[in-house]
Amino acid sequence: MAVVFSKSKVLTDVPLHYCPGCTHGIIHRLVAEAIEELGVQERTIGVAPVGCAVFAYNYFNVDMQEASHGRAPAVATGIKRALPDSIVFTYQGDGDLASIGTAEIVHAATRGEKITVIFVNNTIYGMTGGQMAPTSLPGQVTTTSPYGRDVNHCGYPIKVSEMLSTLDGANYIERVSVNNVKNVIAAKKAIKKAFQYQVDGKGFNMIEVLSTCPTNWGLTPVEALGWLEDNMLPYYPLGVYKDKGGESK
Amino acid sequence: MEKQLMKGNEAIAESAIAAGCKLFFGYPITPQNQIPEYMSKRLPKIGGCFLQAESEVAAINMVYGASGAGARCMTSSSSPGISLKQEGISYIAGAELPAVIVNIVRGGPGLGGIQPAQSDYFQATKGGGHGDYHLIVLAPGSVQEAADLTYLAFDLADQYRTPVMVMGDGMIGQMMEPVVLPQPKTEAAAPKTWATTGYNGKDRERNIVNSLYIEPSVLEQVNMRLQKRYQVIKENEVRCEEYMMEDAEYMIAAYGTTARIAKKAISELRKQGIKVGLVRPITLWPFPEKIFQKYTDRVKAVLTVEMSCGQMVEDVRLAINGKIPVTFFGRTGGMIPTWKEMAAEIQKLAGGVK
Repeated sequence: MAVVFSKSKVLTDVPLHYCPGCTHGIIHRLVAEAIEELGVQERTIGVAPVGCAVFAYNYFNVDMQEASHGRAPAVATGIKRALPDSIVFTYQGDGDLASIGTAEIVHAATRGEKITVIFVNNTIYGMTGGQMAPTSLPGQVTTTSPYGRDVNHCGYPIKVSEMLSTLDGANYIERVSVNNVKNVIAAKKAIKKAFQYQVDGKGFNMIEVLSTCPTNWGLTPVEALGWLEDNMLPYYPLGVYKDKGGESK
Repeated sequence: MEKQLMKGNEAIAESAIAAGCKLFFGYPITPQNQIPEYMSKRLPKIGGCFLQAESEVAAINMVYGASGAGARCMTSSSSPGISLKQEGISYIAGAELPAVIVNIVRGGPGLGGIQPAQSDYFQATKGGGHGDYHLIVLAPGSVQEAADLTYLAFDLADQYRTPVMVMGDGMIGQMMEPVVLPQPKTEAAAPKTWATTGYNGKDRERNIVNSLYIEPSVLEQVNMRLQKRYQVIKENEVRCEEYMMEDAEYMIAAYGTTARIAKKAISELRKQGIKVGLVRPITLWPFPEKIFQKYTDRVKAVLTVEMSCGQMVEDVRLAINGKIPVTFFGRTGGMIPTWKEMAAEIQKLAGGVK
């Protein structure tokens, strides 16, 4: 019988711990496929964050390091500088990358660190139970913004791709989404490109992936996809924000 | 190697390179700046990497990454910067990674000052970061010893897969002394089979550098394994100098620069007929408690002298366990005790000038 589809060998054969309907699973698969298709599995080292993807080291079938909260870009820098021929990626959420780890991500970007960053933005702290994130939208209700995010009190969401694209060290920055098939296919292409650039010795590369959190948004998986489309896409426009090797906004 | 005149900080840096350190990550802070400056000149010439990090927090996490990838690497800082590194040090201990951290101690708390101090003893020996862990803490008393202990630190870190701190006060970092640097290592280091160097599915299992164990029974076992290792370190790695203790009736307990000043006090006191000796811990952890214990039968009293408000004195008291009096004299905030002050304290213990 002909095999028409199989799971990427860059993913381990263990069940994911993610909630039903969460799009982390899709993003894991896209990252794994990109690594597999580029033929770099044997020299790839991943860095897991603190947050929902904290157990990513159980899922990616490559050598992995688990970083402390927000420090994944610094850990990745240490790995890449020690092993310059390796392919190093971090996989970080919005709390990890855009709040506690802002210094590390900004400086990894400005150094042009030759790494690939997968930044999963779901506008909330998922693992800790739905607190307000640096990317939570104005008015968004979370467990620590029960009356909705008040921008006069705690400011505005950080647009990470826009911010980092202003840095000369950034090579490739694109925001994608995985809320429908078309966007998933575009996300795959972007993620693969972000790894290809690193294979070519270029950095810093970051793909921001808009993702859902049905559990903490209090929505069904299908409703969550709709919420992303209605609320996140207008605030966080998709597109290429920086591409030294091609077109960008 | 020839004898040469060097600053303590530079001797530490060159000695680290001799030990095979290939990567340095750090952030500027006085009084240790000569270490990163020296590394920024030397490492690129020998195929290594010096990188000035955006913060001490980032620097220690770069060490985590590079060490996890199997490299000999280090960071250095001074007291306030070492406080920032504590999170990373705890993770390095938890992930069982070798690393060398140099602390050229200045006065605290807070921003404190920039003059020499020994007030980071608690932080270095009692944890510093969260969780049940220890660092091996090496306390040089001269530029030569700073070089030798830095060289040793890399071997100890690899052997026990643990972070090692070289803790010198600002004086050790800043003063110049003749030093014979250790011979550069020529033999290849033992392979680090646990390092994340790339997984091909054939030669070994997948390597994961991690300190997260969500199952309490597993985390307890990890802790037990660490404690067992600390016990082995306690048995094998205690280092201590005993100076003029053969006939001593009084003991000065001091380390680093303070111990050097104590030697002058001892020679002056002996001229006055007061038999004083010195016990100088070189490893602050593991603490040389057995060496202190062997003198409780014939020493009348112990004077602990530190450039702090009294930190090591607690370990001296624990070791002595009430058998003889333990007193304390300290200067702090960057003030350095004089030999006369120390001598006066011993004279008080001995009942006045004899």
